[in-house]
Amino acid sequence: MLNWFFHSQLQLGLAQALVAALAALTLVLLARGRGIHLEVETLIAMVRGLVQIIAVGSILVILLRAPRWTSGIVLAGMIVAAGATSARRAKGIPDAFRVSAWAIAFGAGSVIALMTSLGVIDTAITTLIPIGSMLIANAMNTNGLALNRFRADVLAHSGEIETALALGAEARSSVSPYVQASFEASLIPAIDSLRSLGIVWIPGLMAGMMLSGARPVYAAIYQFVVLAMIFAASGLTSLVSTTLIRGRVFSPAEQLLLQPGR
Amino acid sequence: MSAPPIPTAVILRTEHLGRTVKDKTLVQDASFELRKGEVLAITGPSGSGKTSLLRLLNRLDEPTSGTVYVEDVDYRNIEPRELRRKLGLVTQRPFLFPGTVADNLRFGPAQRGQTLSSEGIEQLLSQVGLKDYSGRDVANLSGGEAQRVSLARTLANSPLALLLDEPTSALDEAAKHEVESAIQKVVRDQGLTCVIVTHDVQQAIRLASRALVLDQGRITRAGQAGEVLSA
Repeated sequence: MLNWFFHSQLQLGLAQALVAALAALTLVLLARGRGIHLEVETLIAMVRGLVQIIAVGSILVILLRAPRWTSGIVLAGMIVAAGATSARRAKGIPDAFRVSAWAIAFGAGSVIALMTSLGVIDTAITTLIPIGSMLIANAMNTNGLALNRFRADVLAHSGEIETALALGAEARSSVSPYVQASFEASLIPAIDSLRSLGIVWIPGLMAGMMLSGARPVYAAIYQFVVLAMIFAASGLTSLVSTTLIRGRVFSPAEQLLLQPGR
Repeated sequence: MSAPPIPTAVILRTEHLGRTVKDKTLVQDASFELRKGEVLAITGPSGSGKTSLLRLLNRLDEPTSGTVYVEDVDYRNIEPRELRRKLGLVTQRPFLFPGTVADNLRFGPAQRGQTLSSEGIEQLLSQVGLKDYSGRDVANLSGGEAQRVSLARTLANSPLALLLDEPTSALDEAAKHEVESAIQKVVRDQGLTCVIVTHDVQQAIRLASRALVLDQGRITRAGQAGEVLSA
């Protein structure tokens, strides 16, 4: 219907973005009705996301003519930004940014490096950056989920953790059940994506490959390849971040730093 | 003429102990000592710093001034896990770990690679009046029973001193009486040194030989429990 009113692609795109944003704002209003206030965070996230993706799209146009090594710099920048974004989910935990950045660098970086060297990901900028960014973005989400769950569990169980410490338990082992739970919970979206692939959703990459002329079977197989890489990158990221973060909630004298009301 | 009592060894000594967090003073300049076999009550109104002081004693929180000496050793020179084994804490809520009563009692010794025998478990449980409870699931215990399991679990670590943080404040009268009796029995039978935080003055008089009264983080009175708390 929108294409009846907007004839230029840019105008149509902006109108589509507006309609999609209105759908998102409807959710914000529904949440407000329940006393959950997401207004400011959602609005900032949407405006920021739109500006960022337009900026990156413009940069990609320039990068198409740049040498291949520049994709390494772009991906490194993405990892730092992803680390900063997901570290916000670990408010009150010292060093959350460093932990997140290292975890995403290791998780997504090692999968990108391995798959590029084996030829699973093409080294052309037009392939490496979009696929690399998918792995980094999913690793960021998984990392945010893991840190958020870990933080919530530690806050909710500070009594149990301090009881274990008071009985002579090692600090790191006193939070083991919560490390395990946050690792498992963080992987739920990645596992569900793999499980429902093709049944519940047909991802954009596959649709895009088919539209640009790839054989549907190859497009489908490559979509599985991407999701399996996402799972590997996300899992490794979560494994590293939950391993590194468990020691960060304690002082050198094994005192629990993350406590309700502090 | 009777001979003067032989002074017993000092187990715990605090020197100008204090903790300030974000400009808020929780404990200020607390100096006192505790000899072997003594029971010291710390009382005071809500928010006076009783629990904060107790948490400083086994270094669950870090002092911002002063220190604590455990058997004349500055506790900053004692490995935290060993310090906490020596100064066993029983919290206001028991926070039992999922599993059986026996699993909970084995927890502390297991942290040092030791296995608590079945006889050892039964002995600890009979000390707190819970004979034959070892196989029970902790989910099915009453509040008073859970608190007594918590006490037995701390005793399983063979502590030098017990630190009790309002151990009966969350219990009804009957359960409070059970827990208090268990504490009295343990202290009397083992001659255990003990610090008990309580807002219940009568309980402090019943259990303790000496008392400290805190107000806004400062010790305002100290001495024999009967004298200090009756004033």
